[in-house]
Amino acid sequence: MRSPQSPVLSISGLIKDVGPLTSLDGKMLRVVSGISLVAERGQVTALLGANGAGKTTTLECAQGLQKRTGGSISLLGHDPAAAGAGLRSRVGVMLQDGGLPPSARPIPLLRHIAGLYARPWPVDELIERLGIDTFGRTTVRRLSGGQKQRLALAAALIGRPEVLFLDEPSAGLDPQSRQLVFDLISELRDAGMGIILTTHLMDDAQRLADYVYIIDGGRNVAEGTVRELLQRDPSVEAGAEHVRTLVFEAPPGLDPAAVLPAHIDVTEARAGSYCITGTLTPAHLAALAAWWEAHNIMPASMSLQARSLEDVFLDISGKDIR
Amino acid sequence: MKPTQSGAATGAAEASDRQEAATLLRRVLLQGKYEALTMLRNGEQLILAVVLPLLALVGLTVTPFLDGMGASRIDVAVPGILALCAMSTAFTGQGIATGFDRRYGVLRFLSTTPLGRGGLIAGKALSVLAVLCLQVAVVSAVAFALGWQPPVAGWVPGLALLALGAAAFTALGLLVAGTVRPEATLAITNLLWILLGALGGIVIPAERLPAAAQGLVGFLPSGALGEALRDAFLAGAVNGGAALILLLWTLVAGAAAIRWFKWN
Repeated sequence: MRSPQSPVLSISGLIKDVGPLTSLDGKMLRVVSGISLVAERGQVTALLGANGAGKTTTLECAQGLQKRTGGSISLLGHDPAAAGAGLRSRVGVMLQDGGLPPSARPIPLLRHIAGLYARPWPVDELIERLGIDTFGRTTVRRLSGGQKQRLALAAALIGRPEVLFLDEPSAGLDPQSRQLVFDLISELRDAGMGIILTTHLMDDAQRLADYVYIIDGGRNVAEGTVRELLQRDPSVEAGAEHVRTLVFEAPPGLDPAAVLPAHIDVTEARAGSYCITGTLTPAHLAALAAWWEAHNIMPASMSLQARSLEDVFLDISGKDIR
Repeated sequence: MKPTQSGAATGAAEASDRQEAATLLRRVLLQGKYEALTMLRNGEQLILAVVLPLLALVGLTVTPFLDGMGASRIDVAVPGILALCAMSTAFTGQGIATGFDRRYGVLRFLSTTPLGRGGLIAGKALSVLAVLCLQVAVVSAVAFALGWQPPVAGWVPGLALLALGAAAFTALGLLVAGTVRPEATLAITNLLWILLGALGGIVIPAERLPAAAQGLVGFLPSGALGEALRDAFLAGAVNGGAALILLLWTLVAGAAAIRWFKWN
């Protein structure tokens, strides 16, 4: 747990049951069973987990959109379940489904929302920054997924919040929009905003998050900085070197295992795609290169990777599809 | 643009000293204006709110349906048409819009802004009143052109009861929109608009309806509003019984909506 100096959000032992009205079998279903987390100012805190892990429910309890069954939540020092306009004006929310009326046009909609705040972010600046001017008069229902996401982000930011909640912010974003949105999030973080986001994409968490909570089955299962989580590697704890994975593409049917020691794992995942995993050393790479030279093999592609957050996540939460 | 220059994020000390939200009055007025403009830009809503009531008004003045009621056709017809306008906007139009806002997460998003749930409902009620004012202006203008002669004393009770009727239908519309799927809201509010419009004592007085319906319609919000407006605009009288029934519908439907409205 991080040292809580002045956390923007602090959740302790959150429990959420959904009632018989919404679950299929008429029983109460516990969708969050004891999640705790702390989010600081000037940091991006990520809730990472598979679909249905309880991320969105946790966020909605923190936003005051859902009533919690148990546990405590402090958002900027207040209980969000009893939030007034003053607290809501300091918190920006981007919902997973956007929450924007399909018949609305982006620019008039943003001007309307800006009017609800005493000191909104100048609408024109935000429009320009998020590239909304190119579709500012198109109805929301005709926007692409990425355009809708950028508009929803603008709507969440227009009140110049101190805390920003982003539920799956990169869903539907093309690479350019993603870069734009990620740059803005980093900038806001550097300016001191406390940002809490959910994602099921490891890459998002790896690129953006200062601190990650891995959520599975309605519980925290791991937490730490991205670096700390990556170092949970069992081979590190055993004092061995880092595990690396080398993937290369070459003609099918070769046997690179012939030049590597037995403790290095070699598989041909599909015809012509070789995956070599283990505590690789420079000597192993040299042996492999010499073998390529001797057989006149020029790989079509190759990549060397350290352990990714995805590996950590799969180790922790299991590989079952749920 | 640097967010720091815009003051995008601020320290806690500074923020706690500032009034960050617009005033409640301003928020509700803005939301009311936004919703009213959205309603007026929607073609289907305009047909329901203005075109169909005007067609009904003309229809009732050129047919002998309302003859023999002690007043001219137009004088009997106009109060019922005004009541129909309230049902169109407050119940059907507003119910359908709210149902789809709920589906698309608009209600959830707006309840995270300074507007909040209370402000959102107040804004919707205000937009209903604003559109109803426009309907009254248009219908009255057409009615005067067709020879409508209401007693001067009828305007104050008439408009007050119209507002009460709009409150009852707004509560009913929110109750439907907040408890069933938007497609069902669409079907229910449109069907009830037709049924109550034709047989609910709203434009056609209860005594002209089949005997089986006569006893019942006075207790419906449609029948109570129709009767109350006819008493006001034909005789300048206040129908206390009908007003009480409208008040009860408002309170019961409002309480049920507060109890069962689902925001997501």
